Amino acid sequence: MRTAINLLKHVNWSARLGLAVIVINVACAFFAPWVAPYSETEVVGDVWEPVMWSAEAVPHNPPVILGTDQLGRDLFSRLMYGARNTIGLALVTTALAFGVGALLGFLAATMKGWVDMLLSRGVDILMAFPTLIFALVVLSVMGTSTTVLIVVIALIGATRVYRISRAVAMDIEVMEYVESARLRGEGLWWVMKDEILPNALSPLVAEFGLRFCFVFLFISALSFLGLGLQPPTADWGSMVRENAAAISFGILTPLIPAAAIALLTVGLNLVVDWFLHKASGIKDVP
Amino acid sequence: MNNLTTMILKRLAFGVLTLFVISGLIFLAVQALPGDLTQAILGRSATPETVAAFRHELGLDLPPHVRYFQWISGIIKGDLGTSLANKRPISELIETRLYNTMFLACAAALISIPIAVGLGLMAALYRQSYLDKLISISTLSLISVPEYFVAYILVALLSVTFPVFPSLASVSPDMGLWDRLYVIALPVMTLTFVVTAHMMRMTRAAIINVLGSPYIEMARLKGIKKGRVILNHALPNALSPIINVVVLNLAYLLVGVVLIEVVFVYPGLGQLLVDSVSKRDLPVVQAISLIFAAIFVLLNLIADVLAIVTNPKHRYPK
Repeated sequence: MRTAINLLKHVNWSARLGLAVIVINVACAFFAPWVAPYSETEVVGDVWEPVMWSAEAVPHNPPVILGTDQLGRDLFSRLMYGARNTIGLALVTTALAFGVGALLGFLAATMKGWVDMLLSRGVDILMAFPTLIFALVVLSVMGTSTTVLIVVIALIGATRVYRISRAVAMDIEVMEYVESARLRGEGLWWVMKDEILPNALSPLVAEFGLRFCFVFLFISALSFLGLGLQPPTADWGSMVRENAAAISFGILTPLIPAAAIALLTVGLNLVVDWFLHKASGIKDVP
Repeated sequence: MNNLTTMILKRLAFGVLTLFVISGLIFLAVQALPGDLTQAILGRSATPETVAAFRHELGLDLPPHVRYFQWISGIIKGDLGTSLANKRPISELIETRLYNTMFLACAAALISIPIAVGLGLMAALYRQSYLDKLISISTLSLISVPEYFVAYILVALLSVTFPVFPSLASVSPDMGLWDRLYVIALPVMTLTFVVTAHMMRMTRAAIINVLGSPYIEMARLKGIKKGRVILNHALPNALSPIINVVVLNLAYLLVGVVLIEVVFVYPGLGQLLVDSVSKRDLPVVQAISLIFAAIFVLLNLIADVLAIVTNPKHRYPK
């Protein structure tokens, strides 16, 4: 705990800001069912009621802080539940992408030969597809269920993780300590788990942040296109889509969930930026 | 020079191979359509006969290699098959849409390339200045927010608060060039913002990389003027990474176009693709994704070839 506080002292202001954004978002996601004033699907008022502090606000108890959405549901509560659904889904997907990508990347780097050849060419082919087009083809064939969504996006993410972890593992694999472990007679799994993984951790952590951003934006984009999470599940991308018509009446409701997405990704990027800067060992130029 | 041609030919061959593999994958994806899913597309009430008829219509009853060659040879002849939703030939459906998408993408590219390269150059030259920091922070924010966020902010600003441009980009074939440009102003602006941010960051990184090399320091220490150092010493070497950045971002533009078309209800390929995915009109999805993938592969190929041509270092295998 003390080291964590010490570490925080050396973090620059932009990364602190990013960290605060992430903590607030995660807290919202985690505590949504207890903190949110209304439920995800409850209709509380009229369509597109304005925010609480505007002159035309309609009084409610508990207050409808950010107004209502296209069906008269409380936008603030839906934002909190949306955080839960979108962030949760993105975390699961990123974790899956990382598990598969890093495992295969390490495997390719340690085994070399035909395993490396096969995996690398396969990844090359998948990466020759524009990511969104690839996802759309798969979704059109398999249908838009949450499982398909997770698997497709995790697969796309895994190709990028594979590239990074293979490259990192290749550099580690030639070290003397790996060779000595091999000569000791350690197995493949042991070499990957106890020699390569601990040394590859630092670049992979930064990559995790970037991948999470990518996955999160990707899920939101698909939901925005109506192909991600299906209603009435609250999720930020679909909330933008559902409320989009409001904008031509000068109602800014769709901007709120879009801003929530933007805020979280900018926050994450600020932290990752700082981490990369720190990990690369570059000292700040005065 | 001979070496150069063989390398380019190799790249071209690899590109064609990639295209074939991709077309095969797109084909296989539909091929993998399980029986219960055909049922799902047709609805619960479908009788076994209608399911069989549907599978026949998709050609799912023929052996796969026969169908693949039928499909590919059809595409080479310009026949993309027929849509399941409205039974019209796909080539007819996408003809004007392909043009519209290309028009939008080209307009955005023509505006964003000079801005991005110019600003990237400035940021790299005046590194660590306030201008550089401002550019760096604003581009980092722009690339990390979703495209539709930028789009809706622009709509709220330039179409609702100050009604300058229309919020829906409804173009028709008989529109003049200026009308057309006026109508698509907001989508072009959105794409420009997003793509410029990416391109500028990469340009800046590429130039800083070159400026850090010893021969630039040598030129500076010899007392050559700054302008000459940049034009004669840095630019020829920075050209290859910049061209690479530009072409790669055009490929990125292609994907961004899909989202932007949906936001502005622009009658382009991307919108049709998204519609067809939700309707599960598989032949249309197949055709459009093949077009997008082909352009993507082509652009990457061009980037590779230009990199080889502009940078002598790439001409010799290590």
